[in-house]
Amino acid sequence: MTLTAEPAPPRTEPATGAPGKVRLREQLTGWLFVAPFGLVFLALLVAPLVYALYLSLFRKALIGGTSFVFLDNYTKVFTDPSFLGGAWFVIRFSLVLIPLQMLISLAIALILDSVTSRFARFSRLMIFLPYAIPVVIGALMWGFLYSKNFGPLHDVFGAAAPDLLSSNMIFYGLLNIVVWQWAGYYMIIIYAALQGIDPTLYEAARIDGAGGWQIALRIKIPLITPALLLILVFALIGTLQFFNEPQILRDLAAGSIGPDFTPNMYAYQQAFGLANFNYGSAISFALGGVVFVCVYIFLFATRKRGSFLS
Amino acid sequence: MKRRPLFVATATLVLASALAACSSGDDEETSSSGGGSDPGNCTNTIPKADVPVVTLWAWYPNMELVVDNFNELHDDVQVCWTNVGQGGDEYDKFQTAIAAGTGAPDVIMIEADRIPTFQIQDALVDIREYGYDEVADDYSEGSWKDVSVGDAVYGVPVDGGPMAMIYRKDVFDQYGITPPTTWAEYEQAAQTVRDAGGPLFGDLGANVPAVMMALQIQKGADPFTYDEADPENIGIELNDQASKDVLDYWAGLVEKDLVGTQDQFTPEYISGVIAGDYATYISAAWAPGYLTGAGVGEGADSGTFGVAPLPQWDPANPVQVNWGGSAFSVTSQASDPELAAKVAFEIYADEESLTDGWTNQIIFPLNLNALDDPAFAELEVEFFGGYQANKEVYIPAANAYEGFTYSPLQQYYFDAMTKQLAAVNEGSISGSEAADRLHEDVVGYAEEQGFTVQ
Repeated sequence: MTLTAEPAPPRTEPATGAPGKVRLREQLTGWLFVAPFGLVFLALLVAPLVYALYLSLFRKALIGGTSFVFLDNYTKVFTDPSFLGGAWFVIRFSLVLIPLQMLISLAIALILDSVTSRFARFSRLMIFLPYAIPVVIGALMWGFLYSKNFGPLHDVFGAAAPDLLSSNMIFYGLLNIVVWQWAGYYMIIIYAALQGIDPTLYEAARIDGAGGWQIALRIKIPLITPALLLILVFALIGTLQFFNEPQILRDLAAGSIGPDFTPNMYAYQQAFGLANFNYGSAISFALGGVVFVCVYIFLFATRKRGSFLS
Repeated sequence: MKRRPLFVATATLVLASALAACSSGDDEETSSSGGGSDPGNCTNTIPKADVPVVTLWAWYPNMELVVDNFNELHDDVQVCWTNVGQGGDEYDKFQTAIAAGTGAPDVIMIEADRIPTFQIQDALVDIREYGYDEVADDYSEGSWKDVSVGDAVYGVPVDGGPMAMIYRKDVFDQYGITPPTTWAEYEQAAQTVRDAGGPLFGDLGANVPAVMMALQIQKGADPFTYDEADPENIGIELNDQASKDVLDYWAGLVEKDLVGTQDQFTPEYISGVIAGDYATYISAAWAPGYLTGAGVGEGADSGTFGVAPLPQWDPANPVQVNWGGSAFSVTSQASDPELAAKVAFEIYADEESLTDGWTNQIIFPLNLNALDDPAFAELEVEFFGGYQANKEVYIPAANAYEGFTYSPLQQYYFDAMTKQLAAVNEGSISGSEAADRLHEDVVGYAEEQGFTVQ
C-alpha cells in the first residue's frame, strides 16, 4: 500500500538525487515482495531437500549405528535389483501409458471441440469427473470392479474373466486406472488450447478445400503442440513417481504388488517400514535423478517443436 | 548429533510460517509434534483431573471400554488413549516417532512378533524391574517368551492366536469326509473333494507369511535364534528340511489346484468364504470373531462352520502353534517408565474388560485369570453353532504352545516371504527354491544391517 502512495523516482533520470540509495531501496522492496514466497519455498522445499540429501550420505545399520559413507548409498541404489526393477517398471509403464493416454485425451478433445451441443458440454464434464475423484477412492473402486467374485468382469466373461490384480495382469489393471483418472484432465488442457485457436484459420482452410480430418491433423494438432508437450512432461514426471494407486491396491493384492513395486514405494518401505531413512532418502534422490534424465532426454528430443519452455 | 541445530532451526521456521499462515488457534496440535503424546488429543475423556496421565496407542475394537474401566479403577493414574491405526499403520507412525526422538506414546500396543524389531532400536523398556514379578504368574511361560528378547521382557501379553482349522460342516458332510488330523489326511481329503467337483480345500495367501512361519515351526523349523544379550549375532535358518518340506507341501497343493492363491483379509477372500469356495480356513482363535464381524456365517449359513485342532505332521508328537496376538509395551520415550509399566500391566487385565473381550470374541485372552475361568471354557460359541470351541480346541492348543523366538528382522522377513509365496502361487518356483531364495535374501539383509549370521 505504501508503495503506491510513494511514487518511485523516474527511471529515465537516474543521475538526479542519490542513485545508490534509490537502487538499494528498490532492491529491498523487491526482496520484500519475494519474501513471502521465498520463505515458504525455502522452508518447505529447499530445507527438506537439503536435509534429505544430508541424510542420504549416511548409512544406518541396526547393529553398528550411523556412519558417514558419502556416496556409497547411491552406488548401492543403482545396483539394487529392487530399485532397478521398480525403475524399469515405471519406465515401461510410462512408455505404454503416456502415448495411450495422449491419444485418448486428444481424440476426445478434438471431438468435443468440433461438436457444440448441450451434450458436448455434459460429456466434457463427465469425462473430466474421474479427475475430481480422490486417487484413493478411485483405486479402491477399481479394486472392487476387478474382483473375481463380485466384479462385473466376472458377469460378462464368466470363468474366462481376466484377473487384473494377478501378477501378470496388474500392469494392465493399473494402466486402466491411471488412464481413467487422468485422461479427462489432459483432455481439458488440450480442449482449452483448442479453444484458443483463431477460428478464422478454420474458415480459411475450408475455403481452400480442407475437410474435417485435414483441419484436425494439419491445423489444430500443430497449433496445440506446446500444450501436448506440456502434458507429456507432466505425465512423465507423474508416472515415474508412481505411488498412490499401487500402494492402495497392495491391500487387495500384496502378492502381485511387492513393497518395492515402484521406486517411490521402495523408498517409503525403507524409510517407514524398515526404519532406514538414510537409504530411503538416497532412493528418493536416485529417483529424482532418473526423472531428470528422462525429462531431459524428452525435452532434447522435442527441442525443435516449439517448446513451452522457450 | 551435529544436525540437531539445523533441524531445529528448520522446524522452527516451518512452525513459525505455519502459525503465521493460520492463526486460528491450532497451537495445541502444532506444538505436540507427534499427535499421540499430547493429553489434549485423547479419544477418551479422562474422568479424574490432577492425576498423572499416561498416553497409550491401541486398536482393540473394545478399547474405549477397556480404557474407561482402567480409569475408573485407578485413582493414581489415568490413561489417555488414541487409536492411530491398526498394525502396519501404527508401526509406521511409531517408527517415525522413534526416528524423530519425540512423539511416541508412553505405552503402545504391539503384535508380539514386532517386539524385537523395536527393541533393537532401543525404543522399548525392559519391564522386569517395574513390577513384573507381581504379574508373572498371570501368564503362561509361552506367552512370556513371545514378548521377550532373550531374558528381557518387553511387553505384557494380552491376546494370543492358538491355531486351529475352521471348516465348513456342510461341505464335509456332502463329500463324506471327517476333519483331517494329519497333513497327509488334509491333502487326501482335499483330493477327494476336488475329484468330486467340490470347492477348494484351503488357501495359501501370499500376504499372510506369519501363517507359513507358524506351519514351518510346527514341523520343527527354528527360523531365528536371537538374544539381546548378544545382539550382534543372529541365527537364521530358513531353508532347513522342515521349512522346505512345508513349503513344498503347500506348493504341491497349489499345483494340484487343491487350494486357492487368494490374498487373505481382502473383500475377495471373505466373499469367497461366504460363498463356500474354501472348505477349510487354517486360522487362529481370533478368527471366529473376525469372520463374524466380516459377515460370515449369517442367515442361512449360521452354524455351518465347525472347528477342529490343527492337522499334525506326527500325530504321536503333536505341536501347537500360534498366529497373531498383541501385547502392551512401554516405550523408551515414556516420561515415567514406572507409571507407564503400571498401565501396561493393569490395562486389559481387569475382569470386566477381559470378559467383554472374550464374550464378544474380540480376544483370545492370555491372562490365566480369564483363560482358566470355567465360563470362558464353557462358552458356547455361536459362530460354531454353540460348540464349546474354547474348551475343545483353542484352550488345549494354547496350553501346549511353547512360544516362538521372533527376530529384529521380522518386517523384512515377512515382506521377503510374501514375495516368495507369490512366486510359489504363480507356479514359477518350487517350495524348496522359495525357501532357498528366502534364506539368501534375509541373510543378505541381516549382514547388511551389521549382524553376524550364524
